Amino acid sequence: MSELVTFANVSRFYGEVLGINKVNLSIPPGITSLVGPNGSGKTTLMNLMAGLLRPTQGEIAVLGIPPNQPQRLCRLLGYCTQFDAFPKGLTGWQFLYSFLLLHGMSEAECRRRAAAALERVGMAEAAQRPVAAYSKGMRQRIKLAQAMAHDPQVLVLDEPLNGLDPMARAETIALFRQWGSQGRHVIVSSHILHEVDSISDQVVLLSHGYVVAEGQIQGVRNEVREQPIQILVRCDRPSDLAARLFQQNHVVEAKIQGDGHNLLLRTNDADGLYLLLNRVILDAGLDVESVAPADDDVNSVYQYLIGSEGGTV
Amino acid sequence: MSTPAAVAPAASRVWLRQLGAVLRLEWRKTLLSRRGWWIYCLALAPVGLTLLHWLLELQRNASNSHHSLGDDSIAFAATFFFFYLKGGIFFGCVGIFNNLFRGEMLEKTLHYYYLTPMRRELLVAGKYLAGLGTAVALFVGSVAASFFLIGRHFGAAYSDYIWHGPGLSQLGWYCLVAALACAGYGAVFLMCGLRYRNPMIPAVVVYVWEGINPFLPSFLQKISVIHYLKGMCPVEVPVPPPLNVMVVDTDPTPAWIAILGLLALTLIVLAYSAVTAREGEISYGE
Repeated sequence: MSELVTFANVSRFYGEVLGINKVNLSIPPGITSLVGPNGSGKTTLMNLMAGLLRPTQGEIAVLGIPPNQPQRLCRLLGYCTQFDAFPKGLTGWQFLYSFLLLHGMSEAECRRRAAAALERVGMAEAAQRPVAAYSKGMRQRIKLAQAMAHDPQVLVLDEPLNGLDPMARAETIALFRQWGSQGRHVIVSSHILHEVDSISDQVVLLSHGYVVAEGQIQGVRNEVREQPIQILVRCDRPSDLAARLFQQNHVVEAKIQGDGHNLLLRTNDADGLYLLLNRVILDAGLDVESVAPADDDVNSVYQYLIGSEGGTV
Repeated sequence: MSTPAAVAPAASRVWLRQLGAVLRLEWRKTLLSRRGWWIYCLALAPVGLTLLHWLLELQRNASNSHHSLGDDSIAFAATFFFFYLKGGIFFGCVGIFNNLFRGEMLEKTLHYYYLTPMRRELLVAGKYLAGLGTAVALFVGSVAASFFLIGRHFGAAYSDYIWHGPGLSQLGWYCLVAALACAGYGAVFLMCGLRYRNPMIPAVVVYVWEGINPFLPSFLQKISVIHYLKGMCPVEVPVPPPLNVMVVDTDPTPAWIAILGLLALTLIVLAYSAVTAREGEISYGE
């Protein structure tokens, strides 16, 4: 069985409106974030993966299984959609248990899995209350529990952090990390770029239905050659360091920031600059507290590639 | 973390469990729900009327009754044909079966079913059987209750009519016709709910077609559900003037052909619905 979720030249049109176009992707296990503004094709991509939509052209395979075989696919895939709707009249427990029964498991197995899923998202105490009486955050968590209850290898989550309070957000992110570290696929779309940045093993940047970039975020950043790379150095004499670096050809711009101990450097040759920094710091006897890249996060890459402000995509 | 779900029991057992799960879920969601109140009223209305009739006749004393047992038999046949077949069961099935898929789409909950490892054909079968169970319980139950009540005021004579006369056989036919009507109309309206964004439009078209059926040429009458159902009714209902002159007489289809034909129609429509569901997408009109 393949370990990848693959899209081969996949396009999807809604009449004459473009959903996604000529998407080629190979998503490995781990946490993958889909990032893009509204209408960029994130949900279309997820719906195609889960078999809720069919591609206009191209081939999709989830661990080698085409999405038009739900009886095989949905044993391996769990999908938490963005729809905030639930079957009427069910409690949280009945919701999980009833849909687990549709998997064809025994009643005892369904009870065990429903209880485990409720425990996992911290909803055990509210299980016997009607879903209609839940808060938005609770509804989000019960949807998560439903997507995870059958222990899928591929977990697809459309805006899973929406409506969660900070504590629940942290717990949910920890849960994603745990699943990702077990060699499963966790494919997440989110508006909140810094959270995506902190949890993702790889990102897929989408804009207007096209995949703009994909891969590990640092790799993607290095591919954006027209934008100089930013490096933040915190040391005792930043102006001295700036003067010495400007004598070399590597630095495009240097700015002293914050409390006067931060020096933000922009360079077209990051590797060269790191080597130079080592030498200059030793020669000048500078006391350096930290050296770190300042723009290899999703937010910056997103701004460079898509051109809008991150954070509230 | 529990074990992966990929460990699956035998396929036939899984299918049975899945079918059972759909039935349980559908009945849990829809039985005695507030949304279906008008369907319950529709089914119980003739029971209420026959109950009232019985109570009034009891007060009047059966020997002073204005009508005979035969009159009640014809009154029931008319109620069955004009109320149950042309009204109650038809609209009840519109309400029950149209909503099996269309209701889920309007409420944006169909994706929960589509994200389970269940063949879509099995989902169609499960939802249809859940709807059929509800419709048959309501309408066949209502027909049986009305039948027992309509001549109750004749006392022993009516008991004789049922147990030693043609009553039981008539009741059997009425119940069979009502069940076949639920099965046939149910399949048609389930398909309409899957296929059309506004299934009321095809429902109205079917209603008009079924309504004008007696006035159509013989060969066109046969392209309908009501023609076959009417042929199986045990007591013929006289058509009142002036409509009787417009009715085109057609030889009734033999019962076994009508039954097999209706079952075949049901299966064909269900097969088409299964294909539609398998190829269906979830977009909720967005």
